[in-house]
Amino acid sequence: MEQEDDSRFDAIVIGGGLAGLSAAYTLAAEGMEVLVLERGDYPGAKNVTGGRIYVSSIRELFPDLWTKAPLERFIAHEEICVMGRDSSLNVRYDGSELLREPHQSYSILRGKFDKWFARQAEHKGATIICKTRVDDIIIENGRVVGVVAAGDRLMANVVIACDGVLSFAAGKAGLNKSADSGHFAIGFKEVIEIDPAVLEDRFNLTEDEGAARLFIGDVTAGKFGGGFLYTNKSSVSLGLVLGIGALVVEEPTVQVPELLNKFKQRSEISRLIRGGKTVEYSAHMIPEGGIKAMGKLYADGILVAGDAAGFSINIGITVRGMEYAMASGYYAARAVINAKEKNDYSAATLAVYEKFLNDSFVMTDFKNFRESLDVLKYPLLYGHYPELIVGIMKDLYEMPAGPKTRIFPTVRKHLGLRELWAMVPLCRRMMKI
Amino acid sequence: MSDLKAKLGLDVFKEDKAFPIAIKKGLERDPRLKKMVLICPAGLYGEDESGKIALSADGCLECGTCLLVCGADILDWQYPRGGAGVQFRFG
Repeated sequence: MEQEDDSRFDAIVIGGGLAGLSAAYTLAAEGMEVLVLERGDYPGAKNVTGGRIYVSSIRELFPDLWTKAPLERFIAHEEICVMGRDSSLNVRYDGSELLREPHQSYSILRGKFDKWFARQAEHKGATIICKTRVDDIIIENGRVVGVVAAGDRLMANVVIACDGVLSFAAGKAGLNKSADSGHFAIGFKEVIEIDPAVLEDRFNLTEDEGAARLFIGDVTAGKFGGGFLYTNKSSVSLGLVLGIGALVVEEPTVQVPELLNKFKQRSEISRLIRGGKTVEYSAHMIPEGGIKAMGKLYADGILVAGDAAGFSINIGITVRGMEYAMASGYYAARAVINAKEKNDYSAATLAVYEKFLNDSFVMTDFKNFRESLDVLKYPLLYGHYPELIVGIMKDLYEMPAGPKTRIFPTVRKHLGLRELWAMVPLCRRMMKI
Repeated sequence: MSDLKAKLGLDVFKEDKAFPIAIKKGLERDPRLKKMVLICPAGLYGEDESGKIALSADGCLECGTCLLVCGADILDWQYPRGGAGVQFRFG
């Protein structure tokens, strides 16, 4: 039997991920009555990241948060690896600015971080109830007034849907985002424990430094996507991200999870994780369509933030989401605070949420990178070009038994007029991002 | 495949009495479901000799890819009840 609770919260947040906890933290800090409902055993239990958060854009939104946050390592070394079938080319970037504080990005494990962040929100006064799935939202006279969870009707002035990429809550309120498989990717990874001293030695790191590596080419068997490796304190996060649209249109020739095993067996990788022990295997769907895939962000009595709203985007060098989740949770909270001052929770008042986002880095990034996903969906980038690049390197480095060909003809052999001509449309595409 | 089972064995799962994802009756041969045999990151979809797709419940990572690919007209898809299903310790 459904029971109606007498108390009415200022806000009920569905989902204790980064968006939801950011909203709760911000609301509670302003003395608002906020309830977070999380279906996992603890906040973070259902959350997965590849492994890296860019703090620079959100530092000021949560000024007290970062000094004690359980982040893993600051990223001091960037590397891109172009993988052919049996060879690879690495480009490593080191910069003194990456070593200076404040650091722009960190490796992160969400099981650890979200649990801690939830405690910070509780210290501010938020109530967080775990092991509780929201089964429905309550709509009265066209406006959202609460949620149904564990048979209880819980009422609030505003519901903030931060229930992740599938966002059933936003859908029930009619705030659907794109369901086009081309707008989503599947990310899956292993966390592999390695002794910190060994890890630092292998990746050439000092104590708190971390490394980030991206892989493109054979690692996804030519499909749109890439591989990643992030060093944590005493583990590495190693995984793949694959565009789902391409997998649906032309079937993969191997089982998708098998690609990760092949990745681990590559000589470039196996030597890095040798002796390591896999302690977890996880997968998560990523909304990477950006602005083209987003739905409406608010209606009467409801706001949508984080992955639920589609706040994640593939910008080529990385797929970003966590910063947008935290910022959108923050701005959703500001919109609720504004609505409480006016005692009006209609869509017209909550619309300020979109204005806040438009004025911030969030929507600016989403507008600037509007075309990035379409530009990156260029099959040659994941098969032909990686092989071309490593092919050139192979011939350049080869000292045959007989005479060696001059450098220019060696390169020219790979980059004929036809090949160069074919790069023109690629360059045109690339100019859009 | 056995390697995948071993990997899933490393994760913490809390059982739900009823597994909350099911293929709707009569739709077991839908081509969209067949794609999941290759795509599901937990390898939970399998095809028998008659071309019927079956879904095994153990080891679901709750990523939602099958719901996106197949749609709600083929799959009854829900998250497990609160406190059940996979509990990521690292994530």
